[in-house]
Amino acid sequence: MNARTLDPAHHLIEKEPYYEAVGDEILLFEAAWRQQIPVLLKGPTGCGKTRFMEHMAWRLKRPLITVSCHDDLTASDLVGRYLVKGGETVWVDGPLTRAVRAGGICYLDEVVEARKDTMVVIHPLADDRRTLPMEKLGLEVEAPPEFCLAISYNPGYQSVLKDLKQSTRQRFVALEFDYPSAELERRIVATESGVSEAVASNLVRFAQMTRNLKGSGLEEGASTRLLVHAGKLIADGVSPVSACKAAVAQAVTDDDDMLKAIQELSSSIF
Amino acid sequence: MAQQPLTAAEMEASLHVWLDTEFTFFKVEELAAELTALARDEQDFILGWIRRIASTHITLAWQFGRRAPALLPRMERRLLEAWAVHTCDVFDRTGLQNALRVMEQVDTFDEDQHQHDAAGALFEDIAPVLGNFVCGLSGRRLRIEEGDAAWTDGERIVLPPLIAALPNLDDNFQLAKITVALLWAQTRYGSLRVDHAAIAAGYADPERALTRLYALETLRLTARIAHELPGLHRQMQRLRTQLDPALPPAWQRFETALAADQATLDDSLALLGAAYNEVDCPQWSDQGCLRPDAIAAARAIRLDKEKARLRIKLAELLEEHAAAQPDPQAAAETPPELDVTPRDENGQLDFDITLDDAPIAPPDGVRQLLTSVYLDFGEIPPEYLVPAGDGEYDPNRVLDQPDDPDAVWQGTYHEIGAELYPEWDHGRQHYRKNWCVMREKTVTPAYDSFYRDTLAKHAGVVKHLRKKFEALRDENRLDKRQTQGDEIDLDALIEALADAKDGREMSDRLFVRLHRAERNIAVAFLVDMSGSTKGWINEAEREALILLCEALELLGDRYAIYGFSGTTRKRCELFRIKTFDETYDDEVKARISGIRPQEYTRMGFALRHMSKLLNQVEAKTRVLITLSDGRPDDYFDVYRGVYGVEDTRMALLEAARTGIHPFCITLDREARDYLPHMYGAARYIILDDVRQLPVKVTDIYRRITT
Repeated sequence: MNARTLDPAHHLIEKEPYYEAVGDEILLFEAAWRQQIPVLLKGPTGCGKTRFMEHMAWRLKRPLITVSCHDDLTASDLVGRYLVKGGETVWVDGPLTRAVRAGGICYLDEVVEARKDTMVVIHPLADDRRTLPMEKLGLEVEAPPEFCLAISYNPGYQSVLKDLKQSTRQRFVALEFDYPSAELERRIVATESGVSEAVASNLVRFAQMTRNLKGSGLEEGASTRLLVHAGKLIADGVSPVSACKAAVAQAVTDDDDMLKAIQELSSSIF
Repeated sequence: MAQQPLTAAEMEASLHVWLDTEFTFFKVEELAAELTALARDEQDFILGWIRRIASTHITLAWQFGRRAPALLPRMERRLLEAWAVHTCDVFDRTGLQNALRVMEQVDTFDEDQHQHDAAGALFEDIAPVLGNFVCGLSGRRLRIEEGDAAWTDGERIVLPPLIAALPNLDDNFQLAKITVALLWAQTRYGSLRVDHAAIAAGYADPERALTRLYALETLRLTARIAHELPGLHRQMQRLRTQLDPALPPAWQRFETALAADQATLDDSLALLGAAYNEVDCPQWSDQGCLRPDAIAAARAIRLDKEKARLRIKLAELLEEHAAAQPDPQAAAETPPELDVTPRDENGQLDFDITLDDAPIAPPDGVRQLLTSVYLDFGEIPPEYLVPAGDGEYDPNRVLDQPDDPDAVWQGTYHEIGAELYPEWDHGRQHYRKNWCVMREKTVTPAYDSFYRDTLAKHAGVVKHLRKKFEALRDENRLDKRQTQGDEIDLDALIEALADAKDGREMSDRLFVRLHRAERNIAVAFLVDMSGSTKGWINEAEREALILLCEALELLGDRYAIYGFSGTTRKRCELFRIKTFDETYDDEVKARISGIRPQEYTRMGFALRHMSKLLNQVEAKTRVLITLSDGRPDDYFDVYRGVYGVEDTRMALLEAARTGIHPFCITLDREARDYLPHMYGAARYIILDDVRQLPVKVTDIYRRITT
């Protein structure tokens, strides 16, 4: 078996990624893309932000370059840097530069995690200048009309330190994501994992129970992604209670009492 | 090999000491004789507890000793321990008489009734799990509390201390969980929406009517649970077949009638006449009991309060909404029409609020209030949806306001509005629960020239501190010779190229990387405000705080300053000088100047409270710095001596366990031998000259933060 190696800057998503629209986010995104306005996706983890981006990349037939931001991510990690190769220095583009050159969609996931200085790099790209300054080369790359910048951000972290600055957020069109409605979430879980409607419905009810616990011991309730995981396990023959334990309870908390309580909730439903 | 049992003489010696027989004249000889018959580990178990209880009260220990040997073969040790701790708790809360009563209750301990106690689910063990469990179920948030039996008043669910109807622990836990679910269902599915007293009054035998209504409701709720929580229902069926007799035929008919998905309380009430005439009335071991008085009392208070709260919240919501409108004039002409539609979607209650037919998203608080109101009425009564007018309600009465700490105190021992903290009882080797009654107060600011005088007096030190702290602040540096980095390290590259030319291996460490250490520190200062600091220590403390604040402002670290003092456990006081959110302004400066010596040095509660506050602050490093003048001490209390030292030690250990770095600064001329033990978990420093204080603190800071 050979794993495929892809160059994200030139790879187009071939198969339609499954995505259920909650509201008019697809229309909004398309309009923003046509009007060359960058997009900010807000919402809790696992509610479909990344999947939405894949879907949009497929829909717009643009390559998608995703950068997961971490607290050590610097501007050069995005733009590019000199490397030494056999006594010569060679410039290597970073993912953002590659996306700009290829006219793709650059998606900076959990952008608040990145260092503050990286924000400054994306500012000129995110307003009407639409240029990427490459300080070390003394050049500027002008973004083609197809290029699109999207960032995501989870306001639930409620930390002063991890807040997006106004100067940054006011450059973007913001799309809000939340857990889908029960009906929709049931359909998503059933389609994605292959369990029956009835099982999916119980999984969704279970997720709502964990979401009730948010703020009283849980940082975040079970996301749709976790439900899909649990559903896949169930579809593969794991008992629902074990699947909920492994895929949901253990994923959302380490606290013993809370684990047990979540366990009891799932065993009450199934 | 098992150890030899202790002889009577050996035990008598210890018992004489523990029970203070010189004054109490307890006949320890009889007790010792009784204990000789036991195996060594049983002796150790009982003697250990006699010693531990004796540190609380000698009479209790004596009573325990007299009863325990006879109970040991019948009672699980876990339960004996729970009984001993419970007795001590009762003593702490309500005194000797009640504690002795609890001690005596064990005499009526009936082995048959308690044959499964060994496998019983203790309230303490199950409450945290079931508390979260019930929170996860939808509806009003219910608290779980310990009480005499299982019942609910619509705001809390009360469970007995021990649930032990079945021979194994898991099943007993399941039984407790099912009980909780049934009690929850009473609130969720409207069993409590009725005036029980009025209904019962219509019957010749009110008690009989209520029992039957409760049974009918249990049937209805069981059917609801079967629908909503099928897994739980399966467990319920399994346990009921083990514990309860089959339903009488007449009741089976009622069961069928109430099994419909949408059956309501009215359906049960319709059947009540028929059920009243039935001779038998089924009872289930998981049903709990009905307390109409408690339900009515809780409801009466809740209704008015929530009506007021909801109307105020809606008014706020409208105001926000109006503010967001681009054209405020148009909005003001006609009063907006609010409409709320409850949705019971997939077992989850939700509400759609529309304002003049345009949907608005209800904030979380409003949603919870709506849920609670809906559970009381089964709908949202229209008068609840009239937004409160200006000044219609006194917000102080409607919303929970922190009580004025002094008003609560006034001559009484009320614990209202205070926070309760446990204290470690060294003798008992157990916490005294809810022992310290803690209140936060604010230091009365003294607007005088203290701040200016201090800066003038210590001008040299301030300058020195500024330098030191500025050095701390500037921590960005270039790390050279890294394998990865933003820039090329030219020195390293030239060397590497030379090496390569030379035929040697070329290093791959050719980059420089900017190392940016963002300071992310929260520090809390806890200052001793006990009477013993009077005079030069107090003044030095205040001066040190001013200098510290000056320095900390440079760093930009978040910090809080609190003072502590108190008299006895009933009056533990923490004085706010600066909270984490406050800025270092004139008010704070005046408060520092206003720090005055108060009473005694009870430290445990202060450390526990500060740990709690610190843990609420988001920071990578949390530091708790205590400034005191020595040994913990309190007025006529055991706190003086070993007890206080051990409690302080325990509080520091607890803080360290949650990831806080405790640091203690003691101003003490004699370096006492107990300090290393007391500060076990913390790093500490003993100063014999308080003038060193500000400078020393910078050292501590450097050590902790670099």
